[in-house]
Amino acid sequence: MAGLTLREVAKSYGDTDVITNLDLDIQDGEFVVFVGPSGCGKSTLLRMIAGLEEITGGTIAIGNKVVNDIAPAKRGVAMVFQTYALYPHMTVYKNMAFGLKQAKTPADEIDRRVKAAAETLEITPLLERTPRALSGGQRQRVAIGRAIVREPEVFLFDEPLSNLDAALRVQTRIEIARLHKRLGTTMIYVTHDQVEAMTLADKIIVLRDGNIEQVGSPIELYEKPQNMFVAQFIGSPKMNFFKAEELNDKGQSYLKGEADIIGIRPEHLKLAGKTDALITATPDLIENLGEIALVHCKTASSMEFIAKTTDLSAFPVGKEVKLTANTSVLNFFNSTSQQAV
Amino acid sequence: MSPFVRSSRFGTFFWPILAWVLALLFFFPIFWMVLTSFKTDADAVKPEFLFFFTPTLENYFNMTENYDYWRFAINSGITSVFATLFTLSVGVPAAYAMAFNPSRHTKDILVWMLSTKMLPAAAVLYPMTFLTKNMLGLFDTHFLVILVLSLINLPIVIWMLFTYFKEIPKEIIEAGKMDGVSFWGEMGDIVLPLAWGGLASTALLCFIFCWNEAYWTVRLTTTDAATLSKLIEGNRAPEGLFFGRLSAVSTAAVGPIVVLGWFCQKQLVRGLTFGAVK
Repeated sequence: MAGLTLREVAKSYGDTDVITNLDLDIQDGEFVVFVGPSGCGKSTLLRMIAGLEEITGGTIAIGNKVVNDIAPAKRGVAMVFQTYALYPHMTVYKNMAFGLKQAKTPADEIDRRVKAAAETLEITPLLERTPRALSGGQRQRVAIGRAIVREPEVFLFDEPLSNLDAALRVQTRIEIARLHKRLGTTMIYVTHDQVEAMTLADKIIVLRDGNIEQVGSPIELYEKPQNMFVAQFIGSPKMNFFKAEELNDKGQSYLKGEADIIGIRPEHLKLAGKTDALITATPDLIENLGEIALVHCKTASSMEFIAKTTDLSAFPVGKEVKLTANTSVLNFFNSTSQQAV
Repeated sequence: MSPFVRSSRFGTFFWPILAWVLALLFFFPIFWMVLTSFKTDADAVKPEFLFFFTPTLENYFNMTENYDYWRFAINSGITSVFATLFTLSVGVPAAYAMAFNPSRHTKDILVWMLSTKMLPAAAVLYPMTFLTKNMLGLFDTHFLVILVLSLINLPIVIWMLFTYFKEIPKEIIEAGKMDGVSFWGEMGDIVLPLAWGGLASTALLCFIFCWNEAYWTVRLTTTDAATLSKLIEGNRAPEGLFFGRLSAVSTAAVGPIVVLGWFCQKQLVRGLTFGAVK
């Protein structure tokens, strides 16, 4: 097992910089999630760690060993691909054994490891089948199994759940979390789905345009986002931003110094008492999800935002309401720098 | 297709009949050729013996005894096999490189390769003959025929292989890299097994093209490296119209390739890549 150290890592294709001077430390045994919108460089970064993509600057070290010029298979990493990338002409057993065979592992050792991994993933009955005879979920397990048998120091997952249907995605997500608990191996996981990031990660790394926007535990990112991008990217529905003109006097009184925007998460908005109203708005649409409802509101200046509530009677459609939130959950930002204040 | 064609009774009868008529029309010359090969030269030109005649193997005996059929057939076999092998040994790496490590110019290179097929062969006939005969001393050698057959088929072979290789998901190759497979392992254990169906059909097609090639083999050979095309050509006009003999030669030239195609067609229709991803 090993941690990772990335120093001034850069990647460019010709004149286009994809990743610029990125520093990152990943502790041994950590579950780290790279998250960000498409094109932010998260997959490229993962592929650079895997060795499938050359780096144009800096160093990547796995454990204490700089791996810049080391072939993918010799880095002690194993990767699970988005498309599974199983060898279609080999049985499940051979798929899992292939990497070990390349490493000249003795046959009985290969057999032991493949069977143990199959046992863990409950795919023992599938060992003699070919990938085409498997369902999407089963293929995903085989792909994970292929990574497990190599007993890598670091697991790399490249959006492994995005080809599964919703129910299977939740189930597999839990299995991956269990797997991490049992193996205790460092795992790096790429996703654009912030729910996956929140549920799986010890540490989330939010990327945008090849730069790290914030590194922290899911709760840190959720409660104390360092900038407006992270604030909106983490959490669903996203955080509402209120400028001074959309706030009541009370609301405006919170804006001090650099701060000119208040960020409030939809679930923190509630009906105000007599003195603590921050915003005046009119609910104009309700999406009732059953256990919870999303109330789409408009301020007097026609700014739209969402409140999340369990108490629908507090939000009569078409009638003006006064809303507030506890001061402890308010986030303050500067609109010019986009940073938290 | 218009709804009229799809639903009417006229359509359900008319189109199959038209198809049969066309098929028979196309097939007839070949049928006639095979039939004629069993007639004497005298019977061959008489309309009353078109379908009803006394069959004879005389032409075939004549062909093998007096015209050295086997030598030509062996030459055809040797040149086609080696040209196919050579074409593949150049084409596989070329197509592999372009499919898995494409550059900005890959498309241009592919189009350029194909454009060489647009050059009229007749335009280079004289330079080729002069060079090989008077300067290089390669005229009428197996080497020359193999080289020429390889070169004229290379563009089409690279194009075919390129499209087959393209169908192999890149992630599978990358998974191989993660598993630590060597270059040769990647070729032997991943690329070729996955592209096997495509590789086999490319090889077969290349072999057929080589076997059937007439323009160059007729003009760049005389005896030593002469192929079946040359044999057919040699049995033509000068001595008059010997249709029986000519038909026998032609049938014997076409036969092997038809049989080969017949046996291979099932093996060729195999989509191994299906189910690899997603």
